[in-house]
Amino acid sequence: MTDLLLEATGVAKHYGAVAALRDASLSVRPGEVHALMGANGAGKSTLVKVLTGAVSPDAGTILLRGQSRNVHSPAEARRTGMVSVYQEPAIIPDLTVAQNLSLTETPVDAFRSRMIDLGIPNLDLSATARDLPLATLRIIDLARALAIEPAVLLLDEMTAALPADLTARVLEVVAAIRGTDRSVIFISHRMLEVAGLCDRATVLREGRTVGVVDIAAGAEEQIVSLMLGPTASAPRGPAEPTAAAATAGADEPPRLVARSLSAGRNLRDVSFELHAGEVLGLVALEGQGQDELFEILSGQLRPDAGELEVEGRAATFRHPADAIRAGIVLVPGDRSSALLGQRSVSENIGLPGIASPRRWGLINGRAEKRRVAAAIDRLQIDTRAQSEVRRLSGGNQQKVTIARWLESGVRTFLFYDPTRGIDIRTKREIYQLVRDLAAAGAGVLLLSSELDEIQRACDRAVVIFGGRVVDEMPAAAADEPTLLRAAHGLERAAAAPGGAA
Amino acid sequence: MTEAAGTEERGAGRGAAARGLIGRAMRGDAWTVGLVAIFVALFVFTKLLQPAYGLDALAIASLPVAFAAVGQAIVVISGGIDLSMGSVIALTNVTSALLLMNAPELSVPIVLLVLLIGLGIGVVNGVLVVVSRVPDIVVTLAMLFVWAGVALLVLGSPGGGSVPWLRELITGTLGVELLPRALIVLLVVVGVVWIPLRRSRLGLSIYAIGSDQLAAFRSGVNVARTKIVAYGLAGLFASLGGLSLTASTGVGTPIPGPYLLLSVAAIVLGGVSLAGGRGGLLGPIVGIYILGLIRADLGFLRVEPAFSTVIQGVIMVAVVMVGAYLTLRRRTA
Repeated sequence: MTDLLLEATGVAKHYGAVAALRDASLSVRPGEVHALMGANGAGKSTLVKVLTGAVSPDAGTILLRGQSRNVHSPAEARRTGMVSVYQEPAIIPDLTVAQNLSLTETPVDAFRSRMIDLGIPNLDLSATARDLPLATLRIIDLARALAIEPAVLLLDEMTAALPADLTARVLEVVAAIRGTDRSVIFISHRMLEVAGLCDRATVLREGRTVGVVDIAAGAEEQIVSLMLGPTASAPRGPAEPTAAAATAGADEPPRLVARSLSAGRNLRDVSFELHAGEVLGLVALEGQGQDELFEILSGQLRPDAGELEVEGRAATFRHPADAIRAGIVLVPGDRSSALLGQRSVSENIGLPGIASPRRWGLINGRAEKRRVAAAIDRLQIDTRAQSEVRRLSGGNQQKVTIARWLESGVRTFLFYDPTRGIDIRTKREIYQLVRDLAAAGAGVLLLSSELDEIQRACDRAVVIFGGRVVDEMPAAAADEPTLLRAAHGLERAAAAPGGAA
Repeated sequence: MTEAAGTEERGAGRGAAARGLIGRAMRGDAWTVGLVAIFVALFVFTKLLQPAYGLDALAIASLPVAFAAVGQAIVVISGGIDLSMGSVIALTNVTSALLLMNAPELSVPIVLLVLLIGLGIGVVNGVLVVVSRVPDIVVTLAMLFVWAGVALLVLGSPGGGSVPWLRELITGTLGVELLPRALIVLLVVVGVVWIPLRRSRLGLSIYAIGSDQLAAFRSGVNVARTKIVAYGLAGLFASLGGLSLTASTGVGTPIPGPYLLLSVAAIVLGGVSLAGGRGGLLGPIVGIYILGLIRADLGFLRVEPAFSTVIQGVIMVAVVMVGAYLTLRRRTA
């Protein structure tokens, strides 16, 4: 037993009547990268909180190098050699980088050399964190954790919102820990990263550890079936893009036409057409102008130049309400910016109907209830915690943001990275939902940071680099290497001859 | 060779860091510098209106509320707010006045005891906020009534006394007219408490929990303890406010003056973000003096008192708006 670096057994944690963890165990060998897998709500986050001392478990033991370990705060966990890095960096925005380092008592020289490893060699330590790009802050957070050489490094969805080039750097640095006397616990929804990086995977389901899998050929399917469990309905496979859907609406004007849109320094010249019944994928590395594009299309930002056309007519949006009136809605990746977290599921779904422009007077309660019930039913939203949306899991929250538009006759959807930080089962449901929307005649623009989503959910893909459209291809040709090269601004013709085959 | 290059590179890095530091200091203090300029202009204007008006009168009158603003600023930087400030000032004011009247020979221990009471009250406020998990604004609103009631229990009507050395400590000037004793006392006390704190991990933690509490927790900051420290300091500065009220008026008054609202107004004027995490203590102090001068000037101009408060409010909003606009322009430029 002493050859294990970290061993947790029988961990349980209840919040009131809700059991977040029933019987979770995890054993990590020195020098391994160990994946912690599970659908949303399986108890991953709670186990992470227990390991990092953020909550204390009701039952269970945690041994570090064979020694019983009982910590009550992240500060204590840090001292015992356990450091975690989350999707949202634990960096204080109003302090400088140097102050953030001294707050965590991080040695500056070690931090600097880790930043060099991670590809950011000349960071100004006197810069205020608020002024740095989010991706840089994530790297700073990781470098800071690495700098104190923790016995166990816990990466919780750290790569979920990182651009592809930085993700590659991070994975490289993490892989270098393999074979040392330290280890990494790696949490990611991206199966490819897990398969490429990890030695073993522990799978949680409904608060229990249901299996430990050695990563080898075929492990992915094994992990997925463990995550889904025997009781779950057979998983729907990745949606098959239907070519028929794209041609169905060919004779009517396109749902949305963008012509040479530009805004500020980031968005220079973007044009595309989105047809009814089509899912158009949008691929871009972080900061290539996609944020501005989505803001323009959803009426939050007015373009400096260029034109928008909705169903054959020129359109100018001064406010998101204008876009909604024109039947165009944004489903953001960050659920919290779309939902009223402290209000109920019903209110959140009902809101666009109630708050529709030019509508006054009392709410028609019965019609409202019907509408909401239909939407909940259609999306199979888990409404156990429906009194406050913020208590739902990420996947269910995302379903609510989509559901609210379903019944209001919206015909054009702008999805901004809708599956970020969502488990694989819910992801599949969202792909299916996107396909269903298109099949029902909607036009869908889908920005994704996960390149394999393009072939799963889209008919066509547009690649943006440096604020311009650099490539366009049918989904069949949009395999990951092709997209990745295009997204980095490399020529496709030379890179993927016969990519469509 | 490589070593030399390394050293050189590090040296260059340090140079850049130093330049960044100066730049940041200037950026961060631009607001305070602007406030000082406004203050100087106002003071010259006042001197023209009323040549007899001295800085010492302003400094004495502003001392209690300046201490209140400093305490409030610390709590607000930590992401909270202390609505009980005025009541704690009243309570420490009447407590010190009562004790000093009955035992003037024990004045030094009494002063220390009152400071300890202030600190203790602040810690109680902080512990209640942390333990009850009720929002700061609710807890300290409740404590506003509690401490106001206790002040009335201590002294039912204005009374009590003071000792001469307390009054002498803050009266008059130190040689030249521009160095009133009350200002020196304020700066020394604030400096002794704040400067070492600002450079410590505890001081960073106060800014950290106000800026992003979750990130601070995950960075290993003890959020609860830091919050209690911030409220404790606020209580300490409130008791300094109460003591200076005793010193300047010579009596204890159980009904608090408008210290709470003035302290919040001053920190907003002083560049402290009400959302927490940003600002310093110098700005609020200058803010208090500006508000005091404006009030004095409006008096000299014989503006009707009711109208005068309207003007004070308008000036405050205008200063904050213009300041925010200039900051925004600087950032986008």
